[in-house]
Amino acid sequence: MTVSPPLTSRIPSWINPSRLMPRDVLSVVFIVVLGILVLAALFAPWLTPYPADANGATHPLQSLHAPSAQHWFGTDGVGRDILTRVVFGARTSLIVVIAVLLFSIVFGTLTGVIAGYAGGVVRDVIMRITDIFLAFPALLLALALALVLPRGIPTLIICVAITWWPWYTRLAASVAASISRRGYVDSARTLGVSAQRIVLRHVLPNSLTPVIVQASLDAGGIILVVATLSYLGLGVSEPTPEWGLMVQQGQALITTNWWVVTFPALAILITAFSFNMLGEGLRVSLDPKKAGR
Amino acid sequence: MTRFVLYRVAQSLFVVVGVVLLTFVIVRLVPGDPAVGYAGSRATPGQLAAAREKLGLDGSVFTQLQHYIADLLNGDLGVSIHTRQTVVADLTHFVPASIELVLFAMVIAVPVGFAIGRFAARHHGKAADIVMRIMTVLAVSFPAFWLGLILQTTFASTLGWFPIAGEYTSSLDGTSPLHVWTNLTLVDAAITGNGPVFLSTLQHLVLPGLVVAAYPVGAIAQLTRAGLTEELGQDHIRTVRALGFSSREVIGRFAMRPVLSPILTLIALVFAYSLVNAFIVESIFNWPGVGRYTTEAIQSLDTPAIAGVTLVVAIIYVLINLVVDIAQAFIDPRVRVQ
Repeated sequence: MTVSPPLTSRIPSWINPSRLMPRDVLSVVFIVVLGILVLAALFAPWLTPYPADANGATHPLQSLHAPSAQHWFGTDGVGRDILTRVVFGARTSLIVVIAVLLFSIVFGTLTGVIAGYAGGVVRDVIMRITDIFLAFPALLLALALALVLPRGIPTLIICVAITWWPWYTRLAASVAASISRRGYVDSARTLGVSAQRIVLRHVLPNSLTPVIVQASLDAGGIILVVATLSYLGLGVSEPTPEWGLMVQQGQALITTNWWVVTFPALAILITAFSFNMLGEGLRVSLDPKKAGR
Repeated sequence: MTRFVLYRVAQSLFVVVGVVLLTFVIVRLVPGDPAVGYAGSRATPGQLAAAREKLGLDGSVFTQLQHYIADLLNGDLGVSIHTRQTVVADLTHFVPASIELVLFAMVIAVPVGFAIGRFAARHHGKAADIVMRIMTVLAVSFPAFWLGLILQTTFASTLGWFPIAGEYTSSLDGTSPLHVWTNLTLVDAAITGNGPVFLSTLQHLVLPGLVVAAYPVGAIAQLTRAGLTEELGQDHIRTVRALGFSSREVIGRFAMRPVLSPILTLIALVFAYSLVNAFIVESIFNWPGVGRYTTEAIQSLDTPAIAGVTLVVAIIYVLINLVVDIAQAFIDPRVRVQ
């Protein structure tokens, strides 16, 4: 009878599930919360009671109903079901978060690895360009850009992505620089392994862990920036459901009809909080310094 | 050391040039015609041309850039479309109020965040630590506009403990008028001995100050906790403990020192972040700062104002970073070598 080697030894260490799985119970809780959010966003048309309310339907006769069996979260000023709009709003937020992170990670990691591995003038040019973008607080550059571009989800993505990618360039560059100085990479180079292969086999996989942690921490920040831009009237426009926009529209009613503001605002808080807690948990459990403990 | 400082200054100058170019590109992207916004939709072609000239919109892109840079070097940021004053005049009026709000928030946030982080590190892994961890993450996840609305409705509208909005009670302008020196109302009131305005401003600062302070408290507490926890696990700290130093001394004399330098960097970063975060808080509490100015500028597509704000805040940000880096190099010799 042959004994098969333990599963983990066959998997490269950087995708080893026992390293990626947070040991922290809290992190698991927030993975579940975020999982529910993603599923709700995916199946919103089937899960929500009044899907038409997400696309411009209005019911003036049912304006500002308090939460009830028909409308769990109540209705807004034009009689739309708030539960429906909050669930559909998750789509808007998650699409923007995913698109921004995807762009930032791909573009940032690419430029970062080039900078870190190449060094010299290439590194200096790339890093000075990131310096310029990092000189703007994220919300400020996004705000200035959102003002001049047409309203909509693509604009939101562009505005946030343009302020976000430099962090990944820096992160990847520092990891790449430290790895390309390691002994085994030197050996590989001496053995005539191509630069392309070294980057793909050694530098990129090693940059992945810090990038994942950063992405999870950033998702919370992106949720807040998107909500803030929409709150200022620079995000999506009616009737697209967006949490920040819903808060802005309901804020005048906060003392008389509390539910109009409270539910979308809670959605922002819970989503940002879950991403931040998850990122925090991952940062601790993926910290190489603590790997042995 | 001199080499390091010169290098950092040159680097910052390069960034400022980049920032100027980027701001110019953003302003050029504006759809519609800002000259129409300035001169009004029923302006004659002659009035439009005059408005275009006044706003620096005549000529090719290259001449516009030349004019833009020449104006900047003369300290001219153009004319705001919604206030009809020069952007520089507007900013000298509004920026100090914002800085006052953020400074007030930081005065609360730095000691509180520090104390929370220290407390959590001392009770690492216990219930108190976990509660503090959740609270600090909550503080950085709270949308500022919602926290502002909650505090305003609870403590101002309902309980009436604090004023709802504004800088100070406007009737005081009649009874004890304020002499403006620095545009920082608290400072002006203090140096001119204007007690009523000072107290009133302080009362008006509490709620918006707390909202702006939420994020820095969370961020500072998290970094202090993480740094101290790691430091307390080190071998030399164990030795110090074995030598019989009290828990308070172990933290205060030994573990805290290496943690201070990253916290200093964080405070600088968070200050700039809060300046922009204050934008939203100011419009809720009607605080006469650059945020309220910006939100009003957004409503009227006031690009010169937005460009001016963007440029000034970015330059403040670059300067803060420069100062912190140089300070770090003085404190920590390892920074200089890089």
